[in-house]
Amino acid sequence: MMSTLLKLQQVETYIEEFHILQGISFEARKGEVTVLLGRNGAGKTTTLRTIMGLNKASKGQIFFGNEEIQTLQPYEIANKGMGYVPEDQGIFGELTVEENIKVAMKKDDSQSLERLEWILQIFPDLKKFWQKQSGLLSGGQKQMLSIARAYVKNCELLLIDEPSKGLAPIVVEKVMESIQEMKDKTTIILVEQNFMMASRIGDYFYIVDEGRTVYDGKMQELIGNKELREKHLGIA
Amino acid sequence: MELFFSLLINGLATGMLIFLLAVGLTLIFGLMSVLNFAHGGLFAWGAYGGVWIYSLTESYMIGVAGAIITGVILGFITEKLIIKPVYGDHVQQILITLGYMLVLGELIKVVFGPNQIAVSPPELLRGSIEIGELLIIKYRAFIIITGIFIFLIVNYILKNTKIGLIVRAGVIDKEMIQALGVNINKVFLYVFMTGAALAALSGMLLAPYAGVIHADMGMEYAILAFVVVVIGGMGNVTGSLLAAALVGISGAFMAYYVPELSLATNMLLMVIVLVFRPKGLFTIRG
Repeated sequence: MMSTLLKLQQVETYIEEFHILQGISFEARKGEVTVLLGRNGAGKTTTLRTIMGLNKASKGQIFFGNEEIQTLQPYEIANKGMGYVPEDQGIFGELTVEENIKVAMKKDDSQSLERLEWILQIFPDLKKFWQKQSGLLSGGQKQMLSIARAYVKNCELLLIDEPSKGLAPIVVEKVMESIQEMKDKTTIILVEQNFMMASRIGDYFYIVDEGRTVYDGKMQELIGNKELREKHLGIA
Repeated sequence: MELFFSLLINGLATGMLIFLLAVGLTLIFGLMSVLNFAHGGLFAWGAYGGVWIYSLTESYMIGVAGAIITGVILGFITEKLIIKPVYGDHVQQILITLGYMLVLGELIKVVFGPNQIAVSPPELLRGSIEIGELLIIKYRAFIIITGIFIFLIVNYILKNTKIGLIVRAGVIDKEMIQALGVNINKVFLYVFMTGAALAALSGMLLAPYAGVIHADMGMEYAILAFVVVVIGGMGNVTGSLLAAALVGISGAFMAYYVPELSLATNMLLMVIVLVFRPKGLFTIRG
């Protein structure tokens, strides 16, 4: 049995007057890819943002390892070993690829450089366009840069929000292959609309609806259960 | 031709003073979306603090250092007590910083008295240099050189250091930079103190240039600095330098040929930029 790295207990979040998360609970186990599935507006993105501290939880508890983190600032949470790849990629478009990576690296120690070297093997395009202004990269390259940047800062847990969004199928394939390679190096929580892709790399899933987790299980179970997919995700 | 160059140098010198004031404003706005109308107050305090030390020590350079220290201390106090409580609320920022600007002006009158204070340049920077048929007033040349020197330093820091990289990234997306583990509030405090120091330096440089300082001197320059920030693009230091030169030079020419329209021209320029290039005349987006 793998140990729990992140645990949410009855977490509630408001954005202005809107009650988005209404008591979400789930956990992510070390070394696994946990996938959050659900329809648009179910609260998946807000869940990731709440874990990162970018939206504040009004109720409930979030544990990272044994530590409660829901009252911490985003930078403190990030420095505990969490990386975040937002839905819009969050690339600093006026900076070069190199600068985007360097801004995330705490220092140029051997471990950081090793991580950088490894991630550049996974995403060789980044090496190719190292000095290019990142705003001029293609959508897929920006996604790769966002993932690489989150990874190089020594993250134990990587939160990735809809990496396939807006990308051509062939690029999605490449990004997903890369995430699969990263599975051995870090624990991942993935929000993904593209079920085919999510099912290929996910180990465990939670279905989120109206700000709560309504179903969970091993990914294999969902792959083999058409009725469940139709009921919760509206797909066959 | 002599008149043209004379106005050009005059305009450039004024532009550099505005640039020093605008560089802090542009980074402060770009990084934290804070509208700081009290920047002119820091400028005036820099002038008074610097001139006071200059008169005590009779050393202009010690006066300049004194102005910078005044700016750093006031910047620290202002950010902690005035700005921090109103992050994210532009209406409150405008009200509190405008009020604070008035308080800073009144405090100058309390501490230094209500009368204007005459200031003359140091011995070394008095008089003019003759280049061919062109006479360049030394102190104006000094201001231009100082402005360009400060621009090069700020640019170097922004482009070649980690803190500069963090500031540039923070200007683009302050939420993302926090998600990468950077304490943006700490960075902002440093930027604010630097901006205040440069505003204070600008005030001190202006003192011998204008010949007198007074408690309300900040407002006029602060307005021009805001015009420059808008024209140059929020958070864009190079844009601010170019916009400041543009505003200074157009102001000098207009003041000579159509003095009634001097300020109006810069305002019109700002309106045109806001309508056609709302992100600034010199901003390039990827």
